[in-house]
Amino acid sequence: MMERSDRLATAAVVLVLVLMFGLPLYADPFQVMQLTLYVVLSIFALSLAFVWGVGGILCFGQGAFFGLGGYAFAIAAINFGDTTGACALALLVPALAAAALGYFMFYGRLNDVYLGVVTMVFSLIIWKLINSTAGPEWHIGAARLGGFNGIPSIPSLNWPGRPSDQLDPLQIFQVALGLLIVVYVTMKILKSSHYGRVAIAVRENETRAALLGYDVRFVKLLVFTFGGMIAGMAGGLYATYQAFIDPNVFSLEMSAKVLIWVMAGGLSTFLGPIIACIGLQYLALYLAENTVVNSQVVLGGILCVLVLALPSGIIPALQELALWTIARIRIAFRTRSEVALQDGAS
Amino acid sequence: MTFSLVVMIEVLRAVAGLVLISTGLMIIFGMMRVINIAHGEFLMLGGYTVVMAGKAGVNPWIAMLVLAPIVVGLFGVLVERLFIRFFYGRMIDTLLATWGLSLFLMGFVTVVFGNTVTGVSVSLGSVDVGGLRVSGYSFFLIAVAVIILIATYLVLRHTKLGLIARGTMQNPGMAAALKINPSVVYMATFGIGAALTGLAGALLAPITGVVPTMGIAFVAQAFITVIAGGPAIITGTISAASLLGSVSQLTTFATTPVVGDVALLFVAVVLLRILPNGITGKFFRRSI
Repeated sequence: MMERSDRLATAAVVLVLVLMFGLPLYADPFQVMQLTLYVVLSIFALSLAFVWGVGGILCFGQGAFFGLGGYAFAIAAINFGDTTGACALALLVPALAAAALGYFMFYGRLNDVYLGVVTMVFSLIIWKLINSTAGPEWHIGAARLGGFNGIPSIPSLNWPGRPSDQLDPLQIFQVALGLLIVVYVTMKILKSSHYGRVAIAVRENETRAALLGYDVRFVKLLVFTFGGMIAGMAGGLYATYQAFIDPNVFSLEMSAKVLIWVMAGGLSTFLGPIIACIGLQYLALYLAENTVVNSQVVLGGILCVLVLALPSGIIPALQELALWTIARIRIAFRTRSEVALQDGAS
Repeated sequence: MTFSLVVMIEVLRAVAGLVLISTGLMIIFGMMRVINIAHGEFLMLGGYTVVMAGKAGVNPWIAMLVLAPIVVGLFGVLVERLFIRFFYGRMIDTLLATWGLSLFLMGFVTVVFGNTVTGVSVSLGSVDVGGLRVSGYSFFLIAVAVIILIATYLVLRHTKLGLIARGTMQNPGMAAALKINPSVVYMATFGIGAALTGLAGALLAPITGVVPTMGIAFVAQAFITVIAGGPAIITGTISAASLLGSVSQLTTFATTPVVGDVALLFVAVVLLRILPNGITGKFFRRSI
């Protein structure tokens, strides 16, 4: 079970997120729609926070699963005309892809760095493949893949089984927010469950976990597959929110972004990546709108500085700073009161 | 007969291309164990050096064979001193840091030169192979790749410099005890790796064209070649490049270049499932 303080923190986070359900009633619809993107990307950030933070698997191609989810949703939704099956496929396709890739990596006993390179290569393969499917001969059913042009006019989410009953953008915001809460709570519970503890044990010391009788390869495969599925969920939401998807979701930049969020937010937390995702995404938007500098320069610069100066992440660093300040204030206070006592005594 | 000869030359050219893009990484990653994700951007800088030199009126051959390695080599030394040296022994951090560097360089070059493809033209005419014409530049690339491999082998195996470099990578503490400054050796080795990468980028510029994102096309192939090669860097790179280059080029002949690329990466992933330590983890273990 979770510790008490952890449970309180989780409850507080969930409460804030639940309160946000009311936003469409008060806030400007346009702003709520923009917020949807942040919510969707937060789910994406959580997927890597779980794979990397809990499982210790450094995945450089998390964008691949995000993109696969998006593409699976788009193709299925266009073909079926109903998004119920499409939602299922947006989870299933990336999960299967992650399981297949994970089988090759974990059962081949690749270690950290090779793992990173192979996952990166995986997303590059898909990026190249999808980019080359511009011609009309590339289609799955009624959906043309469109190559680098992407797939336009992806249907909006509808009530399960009622294709004509489409959700409006504000309702999609609520769906995304609901899913974010579900994912956040699920991950919190998973992390403190037996399975989560085994995964953390594997992260900390593979040999020891293996000697205690756990199948390290299978544990990693499960974590990786789960992470792939959550990334796919975010991808599906992204596709339906934008009504458009293009191969850039498979690009290195996408995978780099999510990595930076998780790193900046702090590897050991789930709330940190969400905050970092929203903050940095807002910063990127601001910079792009004001065309101050190229967004890649900013992203790259942030990553360099983070690794150099704050390898443990912004949120843990702030926590440490806060604790340090409190300790300093206490010491200062105590010495002053001691001085006062001595003055009184003399 | 003639056709198969042409196919063979093209396969050799593909292998030479893989060797060229991997030799720099072979030194930086294979020897020094520095995961340099910005490898592709070093290649790109080599390409841009040629473009810039061309605008300044320098002979393209001098720009390619002399200027590009010098410029990128110096840049490598600079990056090593200011940045990379803080990360030795911390692989994951290196990976993230060089990725940041990669994005930064890509963005920076895009700001300066714009996101357009610049062509570089050098002509070596074409060679007549039994009625079919093969570009002379293919032969040139194959020759340069062979020369680079032989030169690297000779330097590493038969000179004092090579011995010092290999010794320092194996045991920096012992090297320091023998009056060698490991920090300087690391810097020089990284610089040489960067110089070879710059040379490769310059040599490939006439084929691919120069664009800020050109590195992305190569970085995955270079890494997978060095990783599939395994611990004996030169033998490993040669064998992995031969295998992967043949697979990709033959698949390209049968289908399209994209499928060829995919086949290369797929074969490499399957290879790593079978031989997790790369080819030289199992075969030719006593070579360099």
